[in-house]
Amino acid sequence: MNFNITALVPELFFLCMVLALMVQSLGSREWKPPVEKWLPFGACAAFFVTITGFHLHGTMFWDVYKVDLMSQFFKIVITFGFYIVVLNASRQPTLEEGKRADYYMLLGFSTLGLMMLASSVELITIYLALELASYSMYAVIPLRAKDKGAAEAGIKYIMFGAVATALALYGLSYIMATQHTTYIAELMNKSWSFADQPMAVVGLSLFLGGMFFKLALFPFHFWCPDVYQGASNETAAFVATMPKMGAIVVLCRLAVLLKPGLEITTILAVLGALSMTFGNLSALAQTDIKRLLGFSSVAHAGYIMVGLVSGTPEGIGAAAFYGMAYLVMNLLVFWIVSRVASDGRNLKLNDLNGLYKKAPALAFSLAAGAFALVGLPPTMGFMGKFFLITSAWDHGYNWLVITLVVNSAIAIYYYLSLFRHAFTEESAPSQAAPPDNGWFASAGAGMLAAAVLLIGMVPAPLFNFAINAGKTLYGITVTFAGAGH
Amino acid sequence: MLDFGYPVLTILIAFPLIAACGLFFLRAPQVVRYYTMAVSLIECLLAVPLMGFKLNADFQFVEKLDWVHQWGLQYYLGVDGISILMVLLTIAVLPLCVMCSWTYIGKREKEFHFCLLFMTSAVLGVFCALDLVLFYVFWEAMLIPMYLLIAVWGGDDRKYASLKFFLYTLAGSTLLLAAIVAFRITGGTFSIPDLMQMNFSFRFQFWAFLAMALAFAIKVPMFPFHTWLPAAHVQAPSAGSVILAAVLLKMGTYGFLRFCLPLTPAASHYFAPMMIAISIVSILYGGAIALGQSDIKKLVAYSSVGHMGFVTLGIFLFNQRGVEGALFQMLNHGIVTGALFMMIGAVYERSHSREISKNMGLGKYMPGFMFFWGFMALASFGFPGTNGFVGEILVFIGAFKQSLIVGALIVPGALLAAAYMFRVSLKMAWGKPSSASTWRDLNAREWIYLTIPAVFVLWIGLAPTPFFKLIDPSVNKLLNNFDQRKVAAVETEQPMQTAAAALSGLLAEKE
Repeated sequence: MNFNITALVPELFFLCMVLALMVQSLGSREWKPPVEKWLPFGACAAFFVTITGFHLHGTMFWDVYKVDLMSQFFKIVITFGFYIVVLNASRQPTLEEGKRADYYMLLGFSTLGLMMLASSVELITIYLALELASYSMYAVIPLRAKDKGAAEAGIKYIMFGAVATALALYGLSYIMATQHTTYIAELMNKSWSFADQPMAVVGLSLFLGGMFFKLALFPFHFWCPDVYQGASNETAAFVATMPKMGAIVVLCRLAVLLKPGLEITTILAVLGALSMTFGNLSALAQTDIKRLLGFSSVAHAGYIMVGLVSGTPEGIGAAAFYGMAYLVMNLLVFWIVSRVASDGRNLKLNDLNGLYKKAPALAFSLAAGAFALVGLPPTMGFMGKFFLITSAWDHGYNWLVITLVVNSAIAIYYYLSLFRHAFTEESAPSQAAPPDNGWFASAGAGMLAAAVLLIGMVPAPLFNFAINAGKTLYGITVTFAGAGH
Repeated sequence: MLDFGYPVLTILIAFPLIAACGLFFLRAPQVVRYYTMAVSLIECLLAVPLMGFKLNADFQFVEKLDWVHQWGLQYYLGVDGISILMVLLTIAVLPLCVMCSWTYIGKREKEFHFCLLFMTSAVLGVFCALDLVLFYVFWEAMLIPMYLLIAVWGGDDRKYASLKFFLYTLAGSTLLLAAIVAFRITGGTFSIPDLMQMNFSFRFQFWAFLAMALAFAIKVPMFPFHTWLPAAHVQAPSAGSVILAAVLLKMGTYGFLRFCLPLTPAASHYFAPMMIAISIVSILYGGAIALGQSDIKKLVAYSSVGHMGFVTLGIFLFNQRGVEGALFQMLNHGIVTGALFMMIGAVYERSHSREISKNMGLGKYMPGFMFFWGFMALASFGFPGTNGFVGEILVFIGAFKQSLIVGALIVPGALLAAAYMFRVSLKMAWGKPSSASTWRDLNAREWIYLTIPAVFVLWIGLAPTPFFKLIDPSVNKLLNNFDQRKVAAVETEQPMQTAAAALSGLLAEKE
């Protein structure tokens, strides 16, 4: 068994942190200091440890676990996401005092599973890592004190998750039976045409279904709006962003099997197109902000498909970049949702009225987030979409690109309504709790907004990283000087 | 990589935006106004190095930096004789906008001035960008402040108007983005000067032209994509209307000149009859609808549809006089319609109504105002000696040169312009006043912001030679290039057949 401990430093660091959380959750309830006092620093440290390990590479555990540029890119994104999620959840009003350490432990285990998912290059390992990431989520979603919707959301997530898992496992058995291997590197050399290997293609489609569930791609998205709505705002911020990164990295790895023109690629493209259209049209009618974001995330899952079906390293790089952009933009919007709903209620669009007056920093950041999600320049959302479009054009799915462009135009309406309510409507006097306007809320929102704008204006370093990661998947050697800088 | 000395264009674009951030540290509305005024005057001073513009057709003050190397994106700026006019117009309009909203804006002054400065930055970027994606970034960035200007400080129906404006223009520009990507895939670069040297197949040009032309036609706006304009104009505050009329509409016609003619010459040639027909309809329709308005602002808004029809007509005549006329009209429309909107704002501040019937008899109470109004009205319909005459006569010459029918068709447009302008001016000057006894004439601030455009009206009207010298080399180059390349592409392919083939190809691809 080949094993290189230095390549695993980010995971090991994270594991230690999660174990510490576990100890604290098992320990006395009166034990001080409270978890929020130290965990943000730990999460921040984990993020920096992962950044410093961006150049690590190696294959281990009988070649099922590969540390390469792609895995490092996503680990950085995932640890960054975890850091923001922890900060965001540190003032969660609907979480009981006694459950805090447990809550973070579950989030931590899920994140660890996602980090492992980023490095898994073998289908059974992918499956195991995916389950590690999922189980904690099943427990976390219903943790919203005295809310019936939360229980419903939890049950929905488990039921759909179980079905998706079963599908994936079933598909895996088909792949093993027909292709006689579960290593992606070897699967790359097999035929994936329906005429040659019908069973394998069916198997892969089913296996991908498991990933689509995480990504909330049509028609595996039915849990998404309900779970967002039922879970607390802070939990929704996690569910909306982090598991998707896991799904995207696996899809990026599996996308090397797909060539434009194959039946399965076409299925992905069609699902992508349906997902965008369905998600956007459904979002138009929503007034609950989390439901709106839920349906919009269905649309974003469709956008990512555009890069994956292009069959080029650029396409995969673009999908990875868009995944990162999606994480940052969505965390930004959820940050604001959590701060505006300072008592943990579900926000309606009307609750944003007059936000510019009550909390100007939040309102401005919300504008940046909403316009990034639309894909307006100069935000990272625009750059992400632009890279997707450019990489996919002329690779056999031009109609998909046009669908994306048309859908972006539809999406404007409901994202603009976030902006419109915050800036142009005056608020009526209400009984609801006022938004949290403190330095912590404003600084967090401001930093995320700055990231959204800054990466939109200077996307080159991160994009080079993503595109080189895409190249390594195709076995193209990347000179290391170009890998991050 | 650095390819410039003093980055005058970058400074012009960045300064308003950076200065706008300073607004957040100010509190009193009066201080905000003085600060923005100072910023806009400094911006004018920063534009002084542009006087070093050499009278030739090259792109000048070029700045070039790698942006996203992997994708070939560049931070690439430069101006030629066509864009420098628009840059100067944009910079000159800014202080006027600040002055005309001095007492008009009663709430959230800080945000208002922030939007003004942000918008100036974005629009300057549009006119300076020589990289397609950079152009698109600025093109879209300008939407947000304009949306806010209408949606926050607008009239009673502002929500509807702002949303319509936003959706219309953004829907158009998504197609522009598709065209930009197609250019990159086919031409291998986003650099506009490089793309200008390339010959694309007619089939490609056909689709690229349609996608771009729709985006630009919405922005201009040409009939039948003009319906957002009257709503937006009527609801917007004065400064918003001024910027909209003076600068934003020019972005559409600038797009035609900068992209459609040089990049898709064969398709432009092929579609010219259609564009000319639409322009004529715009001229006649805009004029006829303006004649029937009872709201002064709506009248001027519809007159814009007509005036911009002259511009697009001039562009698609493809002859020297026509394109020169179009450029002059772009400048003239910016000056004159901008001034008219500022005056409507001034009169609205006094009467709180934009109805003609509520604003009659001003000749007696506001002679100063009526003097400027009459002056601008004459310029608007092209009275000899004013700038409108110079532009309009050039388009007329170009049109008659093209064909007698085109020329004959637009003559009624000019007459209509005179008719609606005389009608509204007569009523405003000598109609029976309703409640005019308390009205004051123009104050010093209003005198200043109306005198400046008036000077330009006379300058361009009486001595247009410097402007000709500025634009002629670029127009010549544009048309020479166009003449050579439209022939090259058309000779090799039969337009109608190719169009049919392209269509069937697209349908086949869909199946």
